[in-house]
Amino acid sequence: MRAQLSPLRKQQTMIKLSQLCRTFMLGDQAVHALNNINLNISPGDYISVMGPSGSGKSTLLNVLGLLDVPDSGHYLLQGTDTTLLSETERARYRREHIGFVFQSYHLVPRLTARENIELPLVLAGIAPHDRQKKVAAILAQLGLTERAGHLPNQLSGGQRQRVAIGRAIVMQPRLLLADEPTGNLDTQSGLDVVAILEQLNQQGITLLVVTHDNALGQRARRRIRMVDGRIVADELAGIIASEADSHA
Amino acid sequence: MRSADLLRFNLQLLLRHRFRSLMILLALAIGVAAVNLLTGLGEGARAYVLNQFSLLGNKTLIMLPGKKETSGGLPPLTGESPRDITLNDATAISRLPGVTAVAPLLVGIAEVRFAGRQREVVIAGTSSDYFSIRQLNVQQGQPLPAMALDTASPVAVIGSTVKRELFGNAPALGQWLKAGDRRFRIIGILSSKGQAMGMDMNDLMLIPVASAQVLFNQPGLFRLLIESNNSDSLPAVKQRVELLMQRRQNGVADITLISQDAILSAFGNILTTLNLAISGIAAISLLVAGILIMNVTLISVSQRTAEIGLLKAIGAADSDIQTLFLSEALLMALLGAIAGMLLSELGLLAMRLRFSDLAFHTPWWARLLALSIALATSLLFAWGPARRAARMSPISALQGKVN
Ligand SMILES: Nc1ncnc2c1ncn2[C@@H]1O[C@H](COP(=O)(O)OP(=O)(O)OP(=O)(O)O)[C@@H](O)[C@H]1O
Ligand SMILES: [Mg+2]
Repeated sequence: MRAQLSPLRKQQTMIKLSQLCRTFMLGDQAVHALNNINLNISPGDYISVMGPSGSGKSTLLNVLGLLDVPDSGHYLLQGTDTTLLSETERARYRREHIGFVFQSYHLVPRLTARENIELPLVLAGIAPHDRQKKVAAILAQLGLTERAGHLPNQLSGGQRQRVAIGRAIVMQPRLLLADEPTGNLDTQSGLDVVAILEQLNQQGITLLVVTHDNALGQRARRRIRMVDGRIVADELAGIIASEADSHA
Repeated sequence: MRSADLLRFNLQLLLRHRFRSLMILLALAIGVAAVNLLTGLGEGARAYVLNQFSLLGNKTLIMLPGKKETSGGLPPLTGESPRDITLNDATAISRLPGVTAVAPLLVGIAEVRFAGRQREVVIAGTSSDYFSIRQLNVQQGQPLPAMALDTASPVAVIGSTVKRELFGNAPALGQWLKAGDRRFRIIGILSSKGQAMGMDMNDLMLIPVASAQVLFNQPGLFRLLIESNNSDSLPAVKQRVELLMQRRQNGVADITLISQDAILSAFGNILTTLNLAISGIAAISLLVAGILIMNVTLISVSQRTAEIGLLKAIGAADSDIQTLFLSEALLMALLGAIAGMLLSELGLLAMRLRFSDLAFHTPWWARLLALSIALATSLLFAWGPARRAARMSPISALQGKVN
């Protein structure tokens, strides 16, 4: 395993960020949430993003997830320059290629666990018959079959986050973005959720986790550290990646 | 998103906010019901009036004693009594070119008796022409005979109700009955016919006009029905009658001539007023509904800000979000309109049961109009909020911030 995923092996890139900037205006003061970011991500990567509060981690995730648009620079996703896409096209990319997991779950309160997981399929206009098979498989995979008919407020935090993960992966995206997925959970539920995310990564999904939890961050093969909108460290499996490798 | 899924999604929302949905449904239902109910009533009244006066035909004039300033208005309540219309006037008018028939009408109420039974009956003194002008037929016997107008012959033609009430199943033809202090021989029984111009044609007795003058001791005529040879010549006939009467009444024709068109246009004015009232009520209630919808959609958008952000994150485009909120409003409008239609149908059913000879039905155009106004109102008022939801930035929406 380790040898196969060695950073020294040349891999094709899935994501390529170059000279990416995102600036917010707070009053008349410019906040450089992303300050000239260069980053390559390969398919199947497992990356943690850490750093102090306000360092731009969520902004990076939002840009990667096409929820936010950079002010300058380029973001190539599987060879497509996403900065040229229209809002409708970005929505389509989000639907088909990207899954989100949020700290506060963001489940629709009036929908059951099953219906929440089903929602992206419904939005995509997939036939009810096909939806059912997919949702059933995911409920089983996440150990939620018993809970399928429950509303979010009838579920524990860990269960809610598992439903959210189910919703994120039901469209079989290539990229899974998680912003502090264990932030609202106790240690055990947090570990369960991380185990699920890592299992998905082993099945091939590219995983990017923003976290404040050092122990969790260290589990990733590649660890990015941000300060003031810049990437200040990019470690690969314990080795500090060379300039050439991370900025290729 | 599939239509079925969209419908289910919105129904779940409506059920979740039952009270709110109910208020909107109510407002919309009232608006739609108002339109349907009032047009139904208006159409019923119109059909009634048309039915009553279509019997008159469009080549007949009615001449009344006294001058009325406007057609359709009330006769003047003050001033001297108008000059009588006499039988000689009727005879003179019948000689005018273009006039094919003239039927005088002198109406009163008298107690009619036969073999111990008695009944208050409307008695109309008229002539044989009345039968042709009003298209009356006899089921037994014969109509009033053609004779000089001033011949007071003691004969009568009775309506079917009069026959039933006084004679039961016994034969009436040839019998003598007493009206007031006069005796009449029954020569005919009218075929059943409904109401016409406020007279129940079944509860009626027709006698020669000269007999009625004696019976009621009144020389002046109540009405004169004048028939022209065709509807095109009616205005010319009207003019000739007016000139003739002017001459006969020493310079001022103290009469009023009405045609079917004049009556219908007078009722048309009333109906126009009614329609304005309908439009007013409908407009107000739909405006209320519209504002409710706008507010509710605004509330819905701000309450569901995080949901909008989420939907965008999992791949809903701006247009999808807009569709979601617009279809929610449309669904409410549709349900409200259906409720309103049911409500108005019930109301009209009750009216029909109460007033059985009035056909209260909402015309199809009014239903379609009410429905489309309800849908258009909800679309119009939900548009702004829906657009606002669609344009939210997904990130701030996820954070619950309405930009
Ligand atoms: N919509 C916005 N408007 C103005 N400033 C913003 C906006 N979003 C982010 N920022 C600013 O950009 C900077 C980076 O924010 P970001 O949310 O990416 O930080 P973070 O690393 O995720 O922090 P935390 O660990 O607290 O979540 C912060 O200074 C923040 O105040
Ligand atoms: Mg953050």
